[in-house]
Amino acid sequence: MNIDTTTQTNTTPKYIDKDTVQKRMNTRLVKNNLAKGLFFVSTMFGLVVLAILIFRVFSQGIGWINIDFLTGRLSNNPDRAGIMGAILGTLWLMAVVAPVTMLLGVGTAIYLEAYAKKGKIHSFIQANISNLAGVPSIVFGILGMTIFVRALDLGGVVLAGGLTMSLLVLPIVVVASQEAIRAVPNHLSEASYGMGATKWQTIKNVILPAALPGILTGAILSLSRAIGETAPLIVIGIPALLIPFPGGLMDRFTILPVQIYYWTIDASLVAEYANLAAATIIVLLIVLFILNSTAIIIRNKFQQRF
Amino acid sequence: MDVNSEMNKGNAVNVRKMIEQKKSSRNLNNLIEKVMPKLLFVIASISILTTVGILYTLLSETFEFFQRVPIVDFFTGTVLRPLSQDPQFGVLPLLTGTIISSVIAMFVAIPIGLMTAIFLSEYASDKVRRTLKPMLEILAGIPTIVYGFFAFTFVTPILRDIIPGLQATNILSPGIVMGIMIIPMVASLSEDAMSSVPRAMREGALALGATRLEVTGKVVIPAAISGIIASFVLGISRAIGETMIVTIASGSTKNFTFDITQSMQTMTAYIVEVTGGDAPAGSTIYYSLYAVAMTLFVFTFLMNLLARYISRRFREEY
Repeated sequence: MNIDTTTQTNTTPKYIDKDTVQKRMNTRLVKNNLAKGLFFVSTMFGLVVLAILIFRVFSQGIGWINIDFLTGRLSNNPDRAGIMGAILGTLWLMAVVAPVTMLLGVGTAIYLEAYAKKGKIHSFIQANISNLAGVPSIVFGILGMTIFVRALDLGGVVLAGGLTMSLLVLPIVVVASQEAIRAVPNHLSEASYGMGATKWQTIKNVILPAALPGILTGAILSLSRAIGETAPLIVIGIPALLIPFPGGLMDRFTILPVQIYYWTIDASLVAEYANLAAATIIVLLIVLFILNSTAIIIRNKFQQRF
Repeated sequence: MDVNSEMNKGNAVNVRKMIEQKKSSRNLNNLIEKVMPKLLFVIASISILTTVGILYTLLSETFEFFQRVPIVDFFTGTVLRPLSQDPQFGVLPLLTGTIISSVIAMFVAIPIGLMTAIFLSEYASDKVRRTLKPMLEILAGIPTIVYGFFAFTFVTPILRDIIPGLQATNILSPGIVMGIMIIPMVASLSEDAMSSVPRAMREGALALGATRLEVTGKVVIPAAISGIIASFVLGISRAIGETMIVTIASGSTKNFTFDITQSMQTMTAYIVEVTGGDAPAGSTIYYSLYAVAMTLFVFTFLMNLLARYISRRFREEY
């Protein structure tokens, strides 16, 4: 026995001959490397398209961006057309969507996390929210058109558009707030109860402040989704006409994506409209970039680790 | 606060006064404690109200539509001519448009998305994954209107150089661009499914001499198959509901054809066209909007249910 093991250890190379193994595995290793290359190329495909898209839009539109374009009114003459109305409309839309989704989204999250008993109602509301997240945005447009524009007779005004968009992005805020609230450790609220605080006092003074960074991140992401969505607003009848600048909730308005839409489909009539659309896309992408970076900064900087 | 400041002044703590104060605020606190859960419940039910609202508006108006147009004609009709003297409301042209554009999109999104997921989960180092994944997610954050513009002004002209006979508006270009838009979704969901496969299973296979490719193909993908398929189904659902890319780039011709070089209209694009064209409330074309939206809703709803069923039913527990 002893002799056997020693001979084995001494002659190991004979049992595992690297060259033979290499030769036998060669085709499989080549296949592996080829596949690895293919997978890498696939990964880069998306990024290359992204780069082309951004390069294309910037090279086409950057020359059209100047102060007159940013502050001017809409015009049929491409050289004088400006997007101030769409910028103001976008701001007004945010002024409705932000408070409404915050109130509805955070309220729903608090109810689900703190008050609802884990039972039928809880799972029903929860399932409902994830279903709503999968409903195509255009269906929300139909809902908004039927209820806010026609039944409540608001017309295509800021309030109707804002409420429609709020319902559309509500699931994002609810899910983000739920996660933020769930991440607040129990001992914080237990300490609060121990001091004699009531449930609502605990939620208001302890849980919500601790969950605020997560909630804000979700709220900002929902805002950036709301100002990038086009279909629901077109369905509820937001025009890109020569209308006065919006100054209140009951004013008609237009927003950047809708402006891009009308200029893109009219580009076959007036070629310059395509450049205007590209310039507007640059403005929209910059706004989205700022919003999303803010969300990332809040998440990284203020997210407390307990 | 009052109590605190009095204490700070050095006055003796007046317990009786504190109790009085507590009593006077207790009623208000009790009220808040009772009202808040109810108020929050009302807020939470808004999501349910939204669903009910969607179902109610779609169902009631669709019902009205089927009073005027027989349901069989709607689902088997191959001609959609809502504006002609003798209007016909067959949904099949829209259905084929929707299905063909989604199929094209999935031909792009499924292979590339899956291979991207495999690269990120199985081959890429931690550092590479952490740089590439957020960059890919930018793709998902770009508004669909921008993709529509890209498809119409960039992809279509290129494709027309390659494929002779391609129409200025066609279903191929928006299908491809839609697929690119869906890549990050398929990739990120599949990657999640694949990276939740335990390391021990990979290491076992590697120790037996399997290459990474064999580990991926014979261990990781079979173990993560439910999550991967769910990501495909969600991708299809997303493609069916996508609106702006097809509205801009696939035109408004209600063609009943399977020729991808032709202009076709999808369900979503039809809705945009009809609402943009000021369909007078009460006309048949106005109600057709709801019938189409209902069909769209049912399609995507079933897809989403299916995705959730697959990922739950076939999830393997380790």
